[in-house]
Amino acid sequence: MELVNLFIKSAFIENMIFTFFLGMCSYLAVSKTVKTAVGLGVAVIFVLLVTVPVNYMLETYVLKEGALAWMGSDYADVDLSFLSFIMFIAVIASIVQLVEMLVEKFSPALYGALGIFLPLIAVNCAILGASLFMQQKQFSNVGEATVYGVGSGFGWFLAIVLIAAIREKIKYSHIPAPLKGVGMAFILTGLMGLAFLGFLGFEL
Amino acid sequence: MSEAKKESLFSKKNKQLISGPINKTNPVTIQVLGICSALAVTVQMDNALVMGIAVLSVVAIGNVIISSLRNFIPSRIRIIVQLVVAAALVICVDQILKAYVYDVSKQLSVFVGLIITNCIIMGRFEAFALGNKPWPSFLDGIGNGLGYSLVLVVVAFFKEVLGSGTITLPAIGKLTIVPESVYSFGYENNGLMLLPPSSLIIVALYIWVQKSRNPELIDK
Repeated sequence: MELVNLFIKSAFIENMIFTFFLGMCSYLAVSKTVKTAVGLGVAVIFVLLVTVPVNYMLETYVLKEGALAWMGSDYADVDLSFLSFIMFIAVIASIVQLVEMLVEKFSPALYGALGIFLPLIAVNCAILGASLFMQQKQFSNVGEATVYGVGSGFGWFLAIVLIAAIREKIKYSHIPAPLKGVGMAFILTGLMGLAFLGFLGFEL
Repeated sequence: MSEAKKESLFSKKNKQLISGPINKTNPVTIQVLGICSALAVTVQMDNALVMGIAVLSVVAIGNVIISSLRNFIPSRIRIIVQLVVAAALVICVDQILKAYVYDVSKQLSVFVGLIITNCIIMGRFEAFALGNKPWPSFLDGIGNGLGYSLVLVVVAFFKEVLGSGTITLPAIGKLTIVPESVYSFGYENNGLMLLPPSSLIIVALYIWVQKSRNPELIDK
């Protein structure tokens, strides 16, 4: 039950796009059609599913203050947490590369669908953001971290698919010329964000 | 290279590198890069200023480093090299912020770390620093950093004045902008302005004004 709550919380109440604005760059750039939006959204869920638990293990057994205690008492008070940015981004970049190679080898059809999006994901702030929030939230076990990763990925997927659907329709309406494109996408995201604020009322 | 052909340090072309990103090629509103942090840290003016300075220094110094290494970086692994340079600089910035402005660094929380994946940084490394000499790259970094900070400061100004009626400046503290007498007439702070979605709307209005004044920027 705890895990279901965590999933709903990370997907809706603390939605990556609408409450933290993470991954906005690719969100705005790749949301012109629903088809590509679904491709990128699935790729983000997939990469979050892998990177958040890996970074959680890294955080718990290597980086956190006192995390190196398993190596012997000499290391018990080593604090490597200042290295976490560079470690997390290195893990993310290499896992994205690895995932790309594995998908290409074992499922060429999926690679064809996700292909161009996978390398983009290494620099998507939502991925690094999820790992940094995971560090801040101090989950008690790796299961919670995994659910948090999938939940935030799902929230991101939902957001990009919704905005892509709206943008497909709004192409045909008359809006002031200077607002066309990016300007309108900002306003739409703002309005959707207001709607998502409604989820704040849930007690979980 | 002969002495006569050498460009002066502040030639017209070099000045363009700074002034361009502030208006017509603004990284946030025109190129749509680095929006994540631009929207999230703008509830108070001091957060916006600190974030702007942090990004400015990372882009400028990072551009110089990448540009001096540009002939030694194999193009296959350039993304990871860029990430490592950015991450190293951001760690320095983070430690400095924690040491000198601890409160602000607490409020910025994960967004300092997210400078690493800020698209402005990667975009400038990739598009400018890899193909230009260190000095123009430095100016380009300063220009883009300033363009980014400008948007941040404008958004934070409206959000804070309309949302809480104050301006918070680093080292000076909270200044009250909306006078007491206005409140006694029944004026209320707009709580909506403190919520995240309002910054999207402000940026959209900023884009609207900017594109109306420069019609050549309008999307076809």
